[in-house]
Amino acid sequence: MALGKSARKEFPIFSRKVNSRRLVYLDNAATSQKPQCVLDAMSDYYKRHNGNPGRGVHTLTAEAGEEYEKAREETARFIGAKPNEIVFTCNTTESINLLSYVLPAEISHGPILLSKMEHHSNFVPWQQMSARTGRKLAFVPFDVTKPITAKNLEKINSQITPSLLTIAHASNVLGTINDVEEMARFAHENWKCPVVVDAAQSAPHMKIDVRKMNCDFLAFSGHKMLGPTGVGVLYMADGLMERLPPFMTGGGQIGRVDDTASTWADGPAKFEAGTPDVAAAVGLAEAMRYIRKIGIDKIHAHEKKLVKKTLDMLHGIDGIEVYGLPSERGRVGVISFNVNGLHAHDVGTILDRHGVEVRAGHHCAQPLMRQLNVVSTARASFYLYNDMDDITALEEGLREVKKIFSV
Amino acid sequence: MASSPSPLSSVREQLYRANILEHYKKPHHWGRLPKADLSHSESNPVCGDEIGIDIKLGHDGRIQAVGLFGSGCAISTASASMLSDRLIGMTLAQAAKIDKKQVLADLGIDPGPTRMRCALLGLEGLRKTISQKTR
Repeated sequence: MALGKSARKEFPIFSRKVNSRRLVYLDNAATSQKPQCVLDAMSDYYKRHNGNPGRGVHTLTAEAGEEYEKAREETARFIGAKPNEIVFTCNTTESINLLSYVLPAEISHGPILLSKMEHHSNFVPWQQMSARTGRKLAFVPFDVTKPITAKNLEKINSQITPSLLTIAHASNVLGTINDVEEMARFAHENWKCPVVVDAAQSAPHMKIDVRKMNCDFLAFSGHKMLGPTGVGVLYMADGLMERLPPFMTGGGQIGRVDDTASTWADGPAKFEAGTPDVAAAVGLAEAMRYIRKIGIDKIHAHEKKLVKKTLDMLHGIDGIEVYGLPSERGRVGVISFNVNGLHAHDVGTILDRHGVEVRAGHHCAQPLMRQLNVVSTARASFYLYNDMDDITALEEGLREVKKIFSV
Repeated sequence: MASSPSPLSSVREQLYRANILEHYKKPHHWGRLPKADLSHSESNPVCGDEIGIDIKLGHDGRIQAVGLFGSGCAISTASASMLSDRLIGMTLAQAAKIDKKQVLADLGIDPGPTRMRCALLGLEGLRKTISQKTR
């Protein structure tokens, strides 16, 4: 189990070229690449065990059900939860949409508190819930060069009593790690409201312990953490599932169906209508085992080194503006920047010709773009298979950008 | 060994040709028209770019002045700038007939799938501007 260049050997995609160059993949905040063991686990599931889980009595349906539940156990272990607190969804977006539909029945009529640092997937569903239910939206004030902490909540404590706090653990644009633990404590003590944590950018890169974090709900995606697309996770703290109504209804989530009404299954099944993506869940569990064997703390430390090196590199090039925290401290492996007022699309296109894949655009965070007063940024984001050579390639690409545009 | 162009020199030759960079740095007809007859701003949901067009018509119904505004990348800005050159003196019916092929010919490049929307943002804006009048 290795980091950097030797880890790339375990990821088949790195054997390809991009524009005749070595693939330098720096778009991990968008999605991660997959190791061979994850691809094998999914293929093996389809080759040997495929059945519809929990439907019927034959061997394959039983094996598929076992595989699915083993994936749930592995997922629970990964974030310090119990298996019956884990709901599988398609992705973070579905996890949050689910909450935006089931929570209104159980929370007060106070405003929905969130930040403008959020990804659209932890923003638009709440706007829609606001429109449906009449609850107002309230925004946590924050400084883009600092993390959001309980202190930011104190500032608005006298003005509002929110019905809900929903907040990103780590920003997909700035990489800033917010102090969700303190915020959850503050929200519970002062507002008695549930706390939702969007862990899409943190769960793949740093240790998550939901007990310590003391959040009520936590959402993340499989594909950003070496797993396949099509599977996401929604953690619901023990006891909450029973109180909430289902989101989607239909097969697999019922207790008993009468002609005019139905009852619901107990536990996570209540929120998992329809045949689930078992192979994706199996792939995700394998990805989590892979990460666990390396050690997520080691991955976090590795990415921190890469962030430090990249920040030093960017600060050494004239005219590059970097957004967010001043150093690698308190960041996941995400860095947004702009080059001499050039549009990020143009930067991204030229880097792509170098084989360097970065994200260019608004990163599904338009409210944050407005707060930064930019239309778009270029973003480099790291994972365990990146190394210093990748940062050198990024630097060469950026120097070429400046040459082409004479800036 | 015969020398082949590196991917970098080809990008310089293809995507960011000198005429595109010139139009990007000094786009033609840039700035809002205070008394526009038609106006529309088109945004690209992928990157947040926005290119707007103001149109002022003469007494003969032909396009007398064009004003571009907003914020875009090199490709979308240059493409809108080149498009604005074409528009002066045209009737709206003529302007409505400008198609993708002509815009790409003006640019002189194949923007590829990831940048096609940028290249056509100005044209899309123009079509919506004109449709206000003909609606």
